[in-house]
Amino acid sequence: MSEDINENKTIQAQSSETISGGETGVAPDIDYVRPAELADQDLYHGHTFITKWVFCQDAKVIGVQYFLLATFTGIIGLILSWLMRLQLGFPGAAGFMTAEHYYQFVTMHGMIMVVYFLTALFLGGFGNYLIPLMTGARDMVFPYVNMVSFWMFFVAVGVLLASFFVPGGPTGSGWTLYPPQAILEGTPGSGMGIILMCVSLILFVAGFTMGGLNYLITILQARTRGMTLMRMPLTVWGIFTATVLAMLAFPALLVSALMMTLDKVLATSFFMPTILKAGEVLEYGGGTPILFQHLFWFFGHPEVYIVALPAFGIVSDLISVHSRKNIFGYRMMVWAIVVIGALSFFVWAHHMYVSGMHPWFGFFFATTTLIIAVPTAMKVYNWILTLWRGNIRLNTVMLWCLGFIVTFVNGGITGIFLGNVTVDVPLSDTYFVVAHFHMVMGIAPLMVIMGAVYHWFPLVAGRMLSEKLGKWHFWITFLGAYSIYFPMHYLGFIGVPRRYFEMYDSPYITSAVGMNQFISTSAFIVGAAQFILIYNIVVSLKIGKPAGKNPWQANSLEWLTPTVPPEHGNWGDKLPVVYRWPYDFSVPGAKEDFIPQTTPPSEVVETEVEKT
Amino acid sequence: MHVGFIFLAVIVGSILFHIFTPWYWTDIASNWGAMDDTITLTFWVGGGVFVAVCLFMVYCVFKFSYKEGRKAEYKPEDKRLEKILTWATTLGVAALLAPGLIVWNQYINVPKNALSIDVMAWQWGWQYRLPGEDGKLGSTKVENINDNNPFGIILEDTNGRDDVLIQSDVLHLKNNKPVKILLRSVDVLHNWYVPQFRAKMDAVPGTITYYWFEPNKVGEYEVLCAEYCGVGHYAMRGRVFVKNEEDYKNWIKEQETFSDLIARQKIIEFSETKLAKK
Repeated sequence: MSEDINENKTIQAQSSETISGGETGVAPDIDYVRPAELADQDLYHGHTFITKWVFCQDAKVIGVQYFLLATFTGIIGLILSWLMRLQLGFPGAAGFMTAEHYYQFVTMHGMIMVVYFLTALFLGGFGNYLIPLMTGARDMVFPYVNMVSFWMFFVAVGVLLASFFVPGGPTGSGWTLYPPQAILEGTPGSGMGIILMCVSLILFVAGFTMGGLNYLITILQARTRGMTLMRMPLTVWGIFTATVLAMLAFPALLVSALMMTLDKVLATSFFMPTILKAGEVLEYGGGTPILFQHLFWFFGHPEVYIVALPAFGIVSDLISVHSRKNIFGYRMMVWAIVVIGALSFFVWAHHMYVSGMHPWFGFFFATTTLIIAVPTAMKVYNWILTLWRGNIRLNTVMLWCLGFIVTFVNGGITGIFLGNVTVDVPLSDTYFVVAHFHMVMGIAPLMVIMGAVYHWFPLVAGRMLSEKLGKWHFWITFLGAYSIYFPMHYLGFIGVPRRYFEMYDSPYITSAVGMNQFISTSAFIVGAAQFILIYNIVVSLKIGKPAGKNPWQANSLEWLTPTVPPEHGNWGDKLPVVYRWPYDFSVPGAKEDFIPQTTPPSEVVETEVEKT
Repeated sequence: MHVGFIFLAVIVGSILFHIFTPWYWTDIASNWGAMDDTITLTFWVGGGVFVAVCLFMVYCVFKFSYKEGRKAEYKPEDKRLEKILTWATTLGVAALLAPGLIVWNQYINVPKNALSIDVMAWQWGWQYRLPGEDGKLGSTKVENINDNNPFGIILEDTNGRDDVLIQSDVLHLKNNKPVKILLRSVDVLHNWYVPQFRAKMDAVPGTITYYWFEPNKVGEYEVLCAEYCGVGHYAMRGRVFVKNEEDYKNWIKEQETFSDLIARQKIIEFSETKLAKK
């Protein structure tokens, strides 16, 4: 390895900093790549079961661990949603269901799905598995910290689930945990429940910060030779930007959880004004609940993009590979991700138009919110323009991508309703909001996760998933989920408020009974269909068709490892060298319809490559 | 082939659902028709984009499905197309935003002739206070609230003496008379929401928030709490009757003022400058 570096240094001495060394009179070397600046990373290789599979420092194993634990938590979230829908569609059908239970299930479902499922899955799961592989690194730069990150997440999940078993049960304050009700009697779980929730979030943020620093520094510092920033797959760009957002947004969640814990335990009054409860004036005074909302949404809105940006990135790559066409407007896509990420810090109060904050804020936040629609729309255009004149494989992966486009555009458009301050007034706190955010940050990212699972399973397991089962899984999930959330918007138009345990017989609500039953039935079916995937995975691990190398004819580095599935260290004894972007599909003049990133220009001189 | 048809069916089904849905706006009963109009506008523009994008996608699925040996187009960028799309989108977004901001400006600026109504919320119920003949509401304080002074009116404030107190969750409003809803809460967040009036705002403990509307249809309406406020949230209902002028006058005559209450209870009494406790 060291000889290799020396050799390259000699070349550098002959050439200028730019790609060719033409001025010295030597023929320009079209395969020139800047030499490595650092020696190869030393890795700790585990030998025992514990160090290889439990306290493991291999980012790929950590990624799978994150994936499995997040999925496990997600299944709990799914079961909670079943119980909620049972109550909403068929009130009283579950005999044990009290209003307290209902609100606890709503809260835990929301928090689990947003933080412990989606965030952990995209960044912890896909981030860990894909970042080193896609950037050509041997591992994350701080493998030990990375391992601790997962185990912090593990403890956070443990604390969260423990709250089901404490006196009073888990908190039932809604996933937004708005004080004062979150810590006052009258809300279920206002004792130990809310404290454990705050502690769990604090642990999650701490653990996530360890992982997040790893993702950022690995992407910035450990890319292989030739992997310039503008040659990175959009998956990496999405995860990178989302991690930057997370690093800046999670501290707001951390402090709000901490301050609320203090309000609860030490009776400080950060968020607590003078309060009269059961005829008694409580010992609080001088705080403001709206401060919590600002802190929460300063985290909460970027959080939407922490989930969405990795999904944007991943779906771009999947669409490109399976359309056999470069992603349309790569540079625009990168800038859109970065701009959306930056803007996402200036829109948080659009969750608070009717919160009682100063009404003038409405003008500012409506404007910033609608501006964010522009780069987002550009991304949508570029996805469908990538399909245009492509050679589209309609396999399971592509189906999930198409499902993503439909649900994301649908949810994005309803976002324009809610972001536009006036339109939000009648719709906020109704089922329109519930339908909107489930469509745009529940179903749409889930479609990408599923597509990604079908796409990368062959890499992780070395075997293909069953296409037949996959298609059933897709159609039931897509059609079912769409028929849950599309009609739900109209409940919001009627004016049905969210977070209602029971609707009673309000004259204008009774007409929606049939729709609620339909939605609940769809929800049961869609939830059950997810077990098709679990069955598919379990069976395919044993008897799936062997994947071989690069089964999708993709260009990006993760498919180009010497062994499949990749081993610890990823690249055998020699790091890959990158000569082009990962989207050279169907290049005119090329023999095949793809040119992997490691193919040097000298091997494909006859092609007309525009962008490298 | 079937993939394209199913996606097409989803798009067509969505449009048909929207046209034939029996579930749509509850009939409006206030001046905020402009809110419905902005929503309708957003529906046409947004719905148009949704349908166009999805139909384009379906077309691609039909037209460019995988064929062995066919090569996809190689075109990394098209600066001109990207520029056109950016500007078109920006224009569309601006066209939606402008009316939104204009209506918001109306929403936060209360007309001068609006009647102020104090809506007091707690876990879990509502009560109301209307200004008396002086047209002004007396100031209040959470610490003052007790059985003798259920609204916590500051005793020294003479504006409060003729305030009309409605210790019930039933409020009456005069048809075609704008009202400014002044929201306060003594414990947690609440939100006084009548779907037919369209408007809403949170009641936040520690501060007073407001919104306004003008009821324009005589009738009975249900009040819902629209901000989660604990386990009784779903049961926190109330009623509003919108009445014509005569009925309204008859109703308000029957209501007790703060002075009436003081006189009836005989526990506290007004002195010339302040109230003294016996």
